[in-house]
Amino acid sequence: MIDEQYIVKVGMADLNVIRGQGLIRTTGLGSCVGVTLFDPLLKMAGLAHVMLPSSEIAREGALNIAKYADTALPELVRRLSALGASRGRLVAKMAGGSQMFTFAGTGDSMRIGPRNAESCKAMLSELGIPLLAEDTGGNYGRTIELDCETGILFIRSVQMGIKEL
Amino acid sequence: MDLFKDLEEFKMDVLKEVGNIGAGNAATALSRLLDKPIDMAVPKVQMLPFEAVAERVGGAEKIVLAVFFRVEGDTPGNLFFILSPEAAKKLLHRLAGLKVESEDSFSEMEWSALSEIGNILAGSYISSLADFTSLSMTPTVPALALDMAGAILSYGLLQFGEMGDSAMLIDTTFIEGQHEVEGQFFLIPDPESFAKIFTALGVPLDHD
Repeated sequence: MIDEQYIVKVGMADLNVIRGQGLIRTTGLGSCVGVTLFDPLLKMAGLAHVMLPSSEIAREGALNIAKYADTALPELVRRLSALGASRGRLVAKMAGGSQMFTFAGTGDSMRIGPRNAESCKAMLSELGIPLLAEDTGGNYGRTIELDCETGILFIRSVQMGIKEL
Repeated sequence: MDLFKDLEEFKMDVLKEVGNIGAGNAATALSRLLDKPIDMAVPKVQMLPFEAVAERVGGAEKIVLAVFFRVEGDTPGNLFFILSPEAAKKLLHRLAGLKVESEDSFSEMEWSALSEIGNILAGSYISSLADFTSLSMTPTVPALALDMAGAILSYGLLQFGEMGDSAMLIDTTFIEGQHEVEGQFFLIPDPESFAKIFTALGVPLDHD
């Protein structure tokens, strides 16, 4: 049963890693983007729940590097490398970045979902990590979990049911 | 942000009063529409970690119906009116006499009725606050969503996201007398709006 499996939960603006067996999960992605990195040889995975595209806009004292695309992804690579993962083997999948609400006069913050997704992609390509699959955009929320044995990403949403990437 | 570091009891009380006045007027409007008494809980005002915000409505994956308004003017912010899908159906039945055809989805007619109800309630919430503070505040047109609470509410946390991992939330629950319809108002003023609200209400700002 899925409930008996070992599950690592990743909160909003948070990141974590898992190895061996089990699932790494984050719930309720709206405009946020969940990016997973996977080392298929070592059965090791990481997941970041990215909330904002760039740390340049940060005005906080102690920067939460898990929150921004440009800081979360390098940190995730660093964490996985520290556990022995090879950067050359890492592959990425991602989901989220939707536009939950649409208005007539859409300001910049309204497009935050697509911007998050673009920023994560740019960061992945800068890091030289191939993006194998993505399920981004739309106007609905997603819960995702990656199986760290197979690298399969499960995506659940109210409208679309369960998808596998 | 220093403004929130040690917000004294007194300032919290002022924000509670903001919730009381806004939600109180909205509850009165709803009570008139339903011709039924509506009770209101004491507003909860708290600096909540992002993770905990969705817990307030039952968790990040809980499916809720939300009417969202961006508040524009002197003190911009985000206002959510949140109902369980069941409560929304009951409200539609009571108010518009719409028969419940499906428990899981909403027809275009139901959607538009909810949007109008949301408009009336948010209008009374925001206009009473604007009167009380003499600040200009206008809600945008409503945007509706039926989705996971985490995905919906995170949208209202973006402005706080740039400065930390928690948000100041003014949360007011209202309950129809027979507990058939229960809903919540979440007002999340942008971080910069708090100083203006306090100043408008004559609360001294002792931070530099």
